[in-house]
Amino acid sequence: MNPARKRVVRLIVALSAAVVLASALIYTSFSAASPAISPSQLVRRAQPGRSYQLTGTVVSGSVHRQAGVLDFSVEDRAGGTKVPVSYTGTVPDPFREGREIIVTVQKRGARYIGERDSLITKCPSKYKTAPAGEKQNY
Amino acid sequence: MAPLGRACLLLALAVCAYGIGASLYGVRGGRADFRDSGRRAMYALAGILAVAFAVLEVAFLRNDFTFNTVADTSSRTTPALYRAAAVWSSQEGSLLLWALLLSLWSSLALFLVRRRMREVAAYATAVLLGLAGFFVVLMLVYATPFATTHPAPAEGAGLDPLLRFPTMVIHPPMLYSGYTLCTIPLAFGIGALLARRVDADWTRIIRRFAIAAWLLLGAGIVLGARWSYAELGWGGYWGWDAVENASLMPWLTGTALLHSLMIQEKRGMLKVWNMSLVLATGTLAVMGTFLVRSGILNSIHAFGGATLGVPFVVLIGVLIASSIYLVVSRAKMLRSEHRLESLLSRESIFLANNLVLVGLCFVIFWGTYFPLISEALSGRESSVGPPWFDRYTVPLALALVLLSGIGPVIAWRRATLANARRNFTGPALLALLALGALLVAGVQHKPLALAMFCCAAFVLGCIGQEFVRGTRARRAIAGEPVPVALLALVRRNRRRYGGYIVHIGMAVLFVGVAASSSFQHASELGLSPGQSSRVGGYTVRYVRPTATITPRQDAAHTGSTLSLGAVLDVSKRGRRIRPGLGRTSDRRPAGQPHQHERRPHARRVDGDCARHFQPLAAADRERGQPHAAARRGADRDRLPRPLLPALAPAGTVSPHRLAARDVDLDRRADRLRRRPDRDLAGAQRSASGRERALARAAVGRAGTSLTAPSQGASRPRRRSRTAPAALAGDRPRQRR
Repeated sequence: MNPARKRVVRLIVALSAAVVLASALIYTSFSAASPAISPSQLVRRAQPGRSYQLTGTVVSGSVHRQAGVLDFSVEDRAGGTKVPVSYTGTVPDPFREGREIIVTVQKRGARYIGERDSLITKCPSKYKTAPAGEKQNY
Repeated sequence: MAPLGRACLLLALAVCAYGIGASLYGVRGGRADFRDSGRRAMYALAGILAVAFAVLEVAFLRNDFTFNTVADTSSRTTPALYRAAAVWSSQEGSLLLWALLLSLWSSLALFLVRRRMREVAAYATAVLLGLAGFFVVLMLVYATPFATTHPAPAEGAGLDPLLRFPTMVIHPPMLYSGYTLCTIPLAFGIGALLARRVDADWTRIIRRFAIAAWLLLGAGIVLGARWSYAELGWGGYWGWDAVENASLMPWLTGTALLHSLMIQEKRGMLKVWNMSLVLATGTLAVMGTFLVRSGILNSIHAFGGATLGVPFVVLIGVLIASSIYLVVSRAKMLRSEHRLESLLSRESIFLANNLVLVGLCFVIFWGTYFPLISEALSGRESSVGPPWFDRYTVPLALALVLLSGIGPVIAWRRATLANARRNFTGPALLALLALGALLVAGVQHKPLALAMFCCAAFVLGCIGQEFVRGTRARRAIAGEPVPVALLALVRRNRRRYGGYIVHIGMAVLFVGVAASSSFQHASELGLSPGQSSRVGGYTVRYVRPTATITPRQDAAHTGSTLSLGAVLDVSKRGRRIRPGLGRTSDRRPAGQPHQHERRPHARRVDGDCARHFQPLAAADRERGQPHAAARRGADRDRLPRPLLPALAPAGTVSPHRLAARDVDLDRRADRLRRRPDRDLAGAQRSASGRERALARAAVGRAGTSLTAPSQGASRPRRRSRTAPAALAGDRPRQRR
């Protein structure tokens, strides 16, 4: 095979591999993605057995821990709709009432079950003062 | 003080505008005086911004709460060190720090190249001043650090306790230094394309700044991970968070650039690729800054009330569009001088390494920006989690580690089978040995970790072998003891052996990541004093709670530090474990066993919080409720004990592996020592033809291929040198 043809073949093979890999990446990202939604959207759209990435604020006075399960409610940033969440797994230290969190949940009956170790608490913003209603809740 | 700060910002904007105009006029009109004036405008900008920064810093240190940013992020009770660092904990202050660091690093870069590539430097000056001007405009229009309120509040909100962590003091300056240094190659890249001067000098200029950016950005990332592990308490150091990913992407492309620049230097290849990497790295650094400040993506580090999205989108759009236009319009200039001769060559391996790094960056980019992509395509915002990232990044990381072992030792241009056999037999055996040891230790249930350990052993074998060969050659030539020979080896070829040390560091890092990801055992427990539980292979007993209130030593006595903690007794198979490093302390009164004081929730809090905590702690004690959460224990039972000896390759690679037909360096050294009347150079000249042939063969086998021609017009031709001297790192002086 002459060098020019060899280069063309190599280029075609490399591009084909890149296209296959990119397609796999795109396909899996859409199939593995969880919709990121607020509590009010969750109440409207949630289907049992499907995962959602719930983003909102932990409702004051809603946090209870019982036998390794952390129960709390999440509401929209602007207040309003609240959804109850039961979560097991690691709880980040900054978790507390009034703080924004992101947790992956599935609907089960009237409650939403948090996926294990999926709870992340938004960093107390470096760029804003802590909300007045925020309080420690260990 | 605030008017002085605002005046500085206005003056800085004027200086930016003047500097851009002077630089462009100087380079287009051939006026050297204006080019120099543009460069000096950058120095002036650095001075002006330093004054502005000093004004803000003094306001923080003096608790001047008339400044809004001081009142929002500091307080009288905030310790002085954190008050000083609180400057960059606010949106406004961090923008000022970004602009200041950009101007300082740019001044240094322009000073160092003031007598070289004047046209390129002039264009680069204009680009850098344009970037600095953009940040100054942000501070004047959107987020001014010098906004004031009258009358001033009596006390500030204070720095968030989570940010009161030693590494958090230097994490942002490190990260911003990395970001700003990434923009210097970008500016010189645009300058080189505009001036049509994409030659060897350009690569030499950007290389040192690319290395500095890589180093500081990497240090910033590691410091951030350390803070996340210690302070956020979620049991990890990397969560594929959008903001974390934003800092990793330019680091990955910067790593690729550092490797592919070598190919351009040596062989004049990959010019388009390198230019694209330079532009991409700079743009990704700006995108990282945008992501942090725009609030466009959900992130644990998201910043509330961010309004800087639109200006950043405009800047990024301009950067991407101009980069594409310049690369496409200058494509002819960027044509490679040589082509790949073989897929089994150092060039090919470096290219593969680049593709893996860029592939990693693309995967992370896609996953990070997927919420925006999915919203644009499907109308619904979705995001991918850590399992999706792991699915792609783990195999790519394995390939990267493997290539980092092959790349440094394979020959340039075309590797022969004999060369491959000689260079890779030892490391491959070491990897197999590690595999056997790990299987015996029973870690077959973690195949990815197993593969990573074996790859790391291979890398350490390759690099260790290079050090051993070099040291032996050096000893043969100069008769030095091993430590002296090793030091001299590294000193005389810092670039090559420095790179090897970095590769060892990366192998160790990946071993750590694989081990901590695969063998970690995390659990959340609620314990009352006296209760115990098993965490992995450890028994954790909660001995007692602790609470310490430290009165503030500040003059106003406005607050106190409250530390809540727990004394834990940790044992394994009946043996108590001594406390390790980190936030634990051995508080063992006489006659008592080792106990750990774990303070997962210890926080320094200001007066109000302290008052809030005290009744809570008292109420807990009264109710006898669980008060401690024992978490995290590495499941070290499953960690292979024989792993460590297997992964200590430098000492395990036998220095006697050289075949009998190889150069007998020791005998040669003895011969040299027996002839003290002849100097070393003379001895080399007097080497027999057979010795010279063997030496050349040794060099070829070692994969160093120092005789590889530097056809790339990019580098002055090297003087020929004898093989042992080359192996030993003796580098002839080059005329620049």
